Amino acid sequence: MIWDWDWTLEILPGLLTQGLLVTFQATLGGAVLAFVLGLFVALLRRSRRPYISRPVGAISEFIRSTPLLVQLFVLYYVMPDFGVRMTALTTGIIGLGVHYASYTSEVYRAGIEGVPKGQWEAAIALNLPRHWTWISVVLPQAVRRSLPALGNYLVAIFKESPQLSVITVVDVIGLARELGSERFRYLEPMTIAGLFFLLIAIPASILIRRMERRLDT
Amino acid sequence: MITINPCSAELPGALGETMPFLCDGAVITLQSAVGGSVLAIAIALPVGLMATSRHRGVRAAARVYMEFFRGTSVLVQLFWLFYAMPLLTGFQLDKLFAGILALGLNLGAYGSEVVRGAVRAVPRGQLEAAVALNLSPFQRMRYVVLPQAFVEMVPPMNNLLIELLKATSLLSAITVADLAYEGRLLVNSGSDQLIVFALLLAIYFLLSYLITLLMRFVEGRAARVVGRERPRRRAATAVEAAR
Amino acid sequence: MIRFDQVVKRFGDVTVLRELDFHVKPGERVTLIGPSGSGKTTILRLLMTLERVTSGTIHVDGECLSHVRRGDRKVPADERHLRQVRKKIGMVFQQFNLFPNMNVLRNITEAPVRALGVPREQAEEKARELLDMVDLADKAQAHPSQLSGGQQQRVAIARALAMEPEVLLLDEVTSALDPELVSGVQNLLRDIAHQGNLTLLCVTHEMNFARDISHRVLMFDQGQIVEEGPPEQIFTEPEQQRTRDFLQAVLNA
Repeated sequence: MIWDWDWTLEILPGLLTQGLLVTFQATLGGAVLAFVLGLFVALLRRSRRPYISRPVGAISEFIRSTPLLVQLFVLYYVMPDFGVRMTALTTGIIGLGVHYASYTSEVYRAGIEGVPKGQWEAAIALNLPRHWTWISVVLPQAVRRSLPALGNYLVAIFKESPQLSVITVVDVIGLARELGSERFRYLEPMTIAGLFFLLIAIPASILIRRMERRLDT
Repeated sequence: MITINPCSAELPGALGETMPFLCDGAVITLQSAVGGSVLAIAIALPVGLMATSRHRGVRAAARVYMEFFRGTSVLVQLFWLFYAMPLLTGFQLDKLFAGILALGLNLGAYGSEVVRGAVRAVPRGQLEAAVALNLSPFQRMRYVVLPQAFVEMVPPMNNLLIELLKATSLLSAITVADLAYEGRLLVNSGSDQLIVFALLLAIYFLLSYLITLLMRFVEGRAARVVGRERPRRRAATAVEAAR
Repeated sequence: MIRFDQVVKRFGDVTVLRELDFHVKPGERVTLIGPSGSGKTTILRLLMTLERVTSGTIHVDGECLSHVRRGDRKVPADERHLRQVRKKIGMVFQQFNLFPNMNVLRNITEAPVRALGVPREQAEEKARELLDMVDLADKAQAHPSQLSGGQQQRVAIARALAMEPEVLLLDEVTSALDPELVSGVQNLLRDIAHQGNLTLLCVTHEMNFARDISHRVLMFDQGQIVEEGPPEQIFTEPEQQRTRDFLQAVLNA
């Protein structure tokens, strides 16, 4: 038997608790940041002042066109030079959040554009102040439309969070690599870690597809 | 006229120190991106079509592949192929090959979804007309459905190819000497971090932009084949659909 | 109350209104009829400041919609000025345009609370009175998607009235309704028209409704007024051939 069950049972609890905990922290932290920041980016890109909307759009485009991994390196290596000291996990959460904000901003943008013109016109006809038009009419509808796509990005952030292991975060994959390097044997820890991701990501995606269909009707 | 070789060690200052290495890395990055794309497309077309099949079993097989490889990220698949699989199967993949394999399998799964969606987006009437003209199933696919579906595929494929390019950076984690790897090496050996990272990001951005230009050209050609104006592009919507 | 002077509106190459002049007195109820694309709806949209004039001026209650006087120069109106003139105008849309994310009560109270600063309890009290008037007192907590088209349009009317406008614009308010729901909305509007001293500007294809509520009917074609007069005259003995043709076509439809 190639598979070592004894060792599997030995390392499973650690992967399940310590490793998964860090993965969830990274995912949730990154997602919250991406969802909030993305909304601001979407709003800034709609600004009527070109000196705001243009640069924000360009930066967002740039972040989306370059690898998360390199962005993580930049944060991890360069930030301390400017006197910003953070744990690797915090650095990783910021990296995930900023990177995926460039995606979620597009989701919000589509959501905002999907709000029918009649809604804006009704708000004007009712003399609703501009900021209240956004807060109570447009954004609630836009965010609702965005939910399925945001759900997909939550899963995407979860799946991509192992990249944080490259900047020394000990998440499920980071831990699996550590365990593997102790014995020069990666089969069990890597397989278990991979299964974690499958077992969480696939049901989550199916759930989101269901939600999407329900919102459609 | 003076031509400047951007990879030359003669360039002034930090550029001369770093660019030769980054160019070496860029070549590897391109190799893995091209290899990964070819594999991904070679997988996506048949699997995507399988996913639209009338036979339940065929559909299910396609689904299983797609769900499995979309269920984990490239990095996890890469680690598994490179670190875990050798123990199980007894042979060690070359690291660049393992990288291309992981990229192709992963992005191929997303690509299958794009193909499936595009084929299903072809209006039913088109297929019915083809049946009425007594075209064989193969002819229907080849001459009616695929040319129309192809136009729909190009914009989301553009986004997937950019995702693939970005994912090549993960190969550095199994010590493939790509751009990201060379960049990190330079930083670790004392080159100016800001310059190295700025160059790194700029090169990746440039490559992404090249992909977009290429795909716009392809899209224009594909649209002309079916006699359509080039559809207006919407930046990241396809990525949403794929992710 | 409302005055159009030489108003021109163009969309790209298409001229929708050609040097249009007309006025509406306070409390007057005016119906605009005419073929589609004749610019009737554009007039309402210009008044509601949903569109801007290409040239010419519109005055509402003595105030210019598009420009403000600064010293002895006229400058384009800013948001503050627009908000000031919009206070006097309310509009009901063909597609209702209720806010789907709010219940009926919130739909009606949102603008008074946010735009006029009315305390919420007071706004809700007023909203319930209005709902009572439009016969939907039991639907205060319902969401728009749970209502029929006719009910939605009645809520939209209540919503517009909650802002206590002096001028109410009705843009084909029954066109999107199923036939059996039309009369409910029309009866409601008839009551509103005959009770108050609201100035009413109405675009409709329902000639009976137009006859019932209006003091004056304007017949439009190609961005100009072809004929105007009291409804009895326009509907029974129109002078212009164009009007006769139009009425013939509509009534036989």
